[in-house]
Amino acid sequence: MTKSLYTEDARTKRRNAAERRFKAYGAIAIGIAMVALVILLTSVVSQGIGAFRQTYITIDVPLPEAKLDKSGTRDMAVMSKVTTIGYAPLLRDGLVNAIAEAGIQTDLSDKEIGDLISKEAPATVRDRVLANPDLIGGTDRFTLLADGRIDGYFKGRVTMASAALDKNTSPGKLELADKLRDAGIMNVKFNWAFLTAPDASDQRPEAAGLGVAILGSLYMMIVVLVLALPIGVAASIYLEEFAPKNRWTDVIEVNIANLAAVPSIVYGILGLAIFINFMQFNQSSPLVGGMVLALMTLPTIIISTRAALKAVPPSIRDAALGVGASKMQSVFHHVLPLAAPGILTGTIIGLAQALGETAPLLLIGMVAFVRDYPEAYSSATGLFGDPSTALPVQIYNWTQRADPAFVERAQGAIITLLVFLLVMNTVAIILRRRFERRW
Amino acid sequence: MSLTLPLLVIIVLSIIGSYLARRRALSVSGGDIRHLASLPKQHGLNAILSTAVPAMLAIIVWLFAARIMEYRGAAPIWVPLGIMALALLGLVLSVMKVSNTFRARTASETWIKGLLIGASTIAIMTTVGIVFSMLFESINFFRQYSWTSFFFSTDWSPNFRGNSDLGILPLLWGTLYISFIALAFAVPTGLFAAIYLSEYATPRIRSIAKPAIEILAGIPTIVYGLFALVTVGPFLRDYFAQPLGFGDSASSVMTAGLVMGIMLIPFVSSLSDDIINAVPQSMRDGSLGLGATKSETIRQVVVPAALPGIVGAILLAASRAIGETMIVVLGAGAAARISLNPFEAMTTVTVKIVSQLTGDTDFASPETLVAFALGLTLFVITLALNVLALYIVRRYREQYE
Repeated sequence: MTKSLYTEDARTKRRNAAERRFKAYGAIAIGIAMVALVILLTSVVSQGIGAFRQTYITIDVPLPEAKLDKSGTRDMAVMSKVTTIGYAPLLRDGLVNAIAEAGIQTDLSDKEIGDLISKEAPATVRDRVLANPDLIGGTDRFTLLADGRIDGYFKGRVTMASAALDKNTSPGKLELADKLRDAGIMNVKFNWAFLTAPDASDQRPEAAGLGVAILGSLYMMIVVLVLALPIGVAASIYLEEFAPKNRWTDVIEVNIANLAAVPSIVYGILGLAIFINFMQFNQSSPLVGGMVLALMTLPTIIISTRAALKAVPPSIRDAALGVGASKMQSVFHHVLPLAAPGILTGTIIGLAQALGETAPLLLIGMVAFVRDYPEAYSSATGLFGDPSTALPVQIYNWTQRADPAFVERAQGAIITLLVFLLVMNTVAIILRRRFERRW
Repeated sequence: MSLTLPLLVIIVLSIIGSYLARRRALSVSGGDIRHLASLPKQHGLNAILSTAVPAMLAIIVWLFAARIMEYRGAAPIWVPLGIMALALLGLVLSVMKVSNTFRARTASETWIKGLLIGASTIAIMTTVGIVFSMLFESINFFRQYSWTSFFFSTDWSPNFRGNSDLGILPLLWGTLYISFIALAFAVPTGLFAAIYLSEYATPRIRSIAKPAIEILAGIPTIVYGLFALVTVGPFLRDYFAQPLGFGDSASSVMTAGLVMGIMLIPFVSSLSDDIINAVPQSMRDGSLGLGATKSETIRQVVVPAALPGIVGAILLAASRAIGETMIVVLGAGAAARISLNPFEAMTTVTVKIVSQLTGDTDFASPETLVAFALGLTLFVITLALNVLALYIVRRYREQYE
């Protein structure tokens, strides 16, 4: 008896099952990649979003002349002798007064109350007083950073249980912080300082910001753009339009393909040995960082530029040559403008890669602790020669600190970095969509 | 005397040269530019290039020469003077040359072509720079430390007071172990993802999954590193290593390997995607026409046909894994050891390059110089993998073109 074609025999069943399994493997692989992406992004955002909010204390700080200006003449030399250590008790007094005025009961000593204020805060007060000596003798309202542990408490990083084991804070202080928050003396606000302030020392995570790093990264991107774009485009034009097919150009081509795959840390060694030890450029400077990253980005730009040049149809070149343009004119007047959107897209993607690169920058000393905003030009250090740091290196730097509050800062910095990368890539995609021509 | 002045002089002379050449071109043609072989602006361009290019080149040559001769301080007076004289000479010569028959367009284009060739040799110079920068210091290192103990010793314990053991084997072991785990995770995942996307996925799924995987590719490695340090490491420790009794280190070969695997998924999948798409449709059609199912076609026709390309892609991924730095710096640990336990902290070549070259470095001690020998080893390994992979991929592409 013959079986109907519609009934599956065992073999067909097996083959169909294998088909379904195979398809499932593929779906699982996609699933793994998606899940990994989601976990990665959630862990970054959930841990880092806190860095954009910060706890501040708003109090009236007494500024007695007896303490801040012993001479009474508002002489800068005398006033600047009072260090932040001299200012700290004033802040504490201000907070104690505020607590008394708000009628909050606490059994903490004045010294312990003072611990609620960040160690960075006296410097804020001192800077404002020195900038405006007329404040001395009265009281002034200040919005000051709260201590990192108090900040961590409001963000859920520090709990009563962990505070009991922590020598830097205590459950009593956290209870007081709760009361201060209810009284409106302490509040959590958006943290602009995170994007503008310089890095801070190990004991003051609440004051650490990305200002210097963002500036350093910006300078480096300028250097990368100025070096890598013209050189990359020039090299691509030669290789694509002029180079004869011979052994030498073959060597260059293999070279570029290989350079694109050289580990980034090797570029760091190159930068250290050639630019710093041999050419004696300044260590930690955006100039050296930018040059190293430019060499790294060059293959990316060359590869995308060549693709863009190749996409321009030969008829354009022929038309230009036909009306008497030289080869060079046909390229610079006609092919290059038509390839520009593709080149631009490749450049932005190359810049985005360079922006996130860390390893080579570690070797050229950009991991140093820098608190001064770097100058674009100074007569002592030249163009982009000031010591600086960069966004990804700042992230690395913060992961090496002991206080867990720095993990939050690092994740916050990652959010900032990812936003920059997202913007750059979006611009690249929009450029491609708007200006790309299909021939 | 600083080189800022000659730089300014070059710029000013170029502008003057351009102006003079144009004016002279107009005057020799008697006001009718049809007599000229080249347009006045091309004479101007030629003057600019003849003035600036040799002088700029001289500045670069001097910068390098000064470093090679270990010349300290400002350049002697004849250097800037010579550079300015060179610029002036170029100006005078190019302006003198202006005539009705002089083809300034050809002349200026020769200059430009020279510049283009110069730009394309920068790629070669970079490679030469990489090799030399590491070679010299590596030679210095091997003068102080025997190469047999570097390559064959299983001890790595640098000691800044001297008498260090600097054997590369534990570092190589860590590197290879981590890369192996990363590839064992990334290759099947990436390959299946590529197959699914190119052969099975509906346009809707494709439009979501492909960008998502591309996002994964655009995330900087420092982000993966921190992910390994604060999320994956503690997770693996708490749920696998400690309950199973494999140790209690958060940074481990497994942590770094897994996270590196995630990083490599988009790399493997986009390379495989290109390669699978390059297999001619006729081969698929032939197999399907004979009654094979889709998965049988893929397994028995597409993948074997694409195999050389896939092997090339895996080699490129391996080269990436071996050279990856930030993930292992943050995820793998710093202890140099040779062990099979994947939940133990181990270290890699790249981690040690970073640790030996950051902080206080003394470029006379073998403890610092060893980083260059490590870098050279790393470069040679990745170079071999890249060249092999590129060769295979190229051969494979030609096969179907």
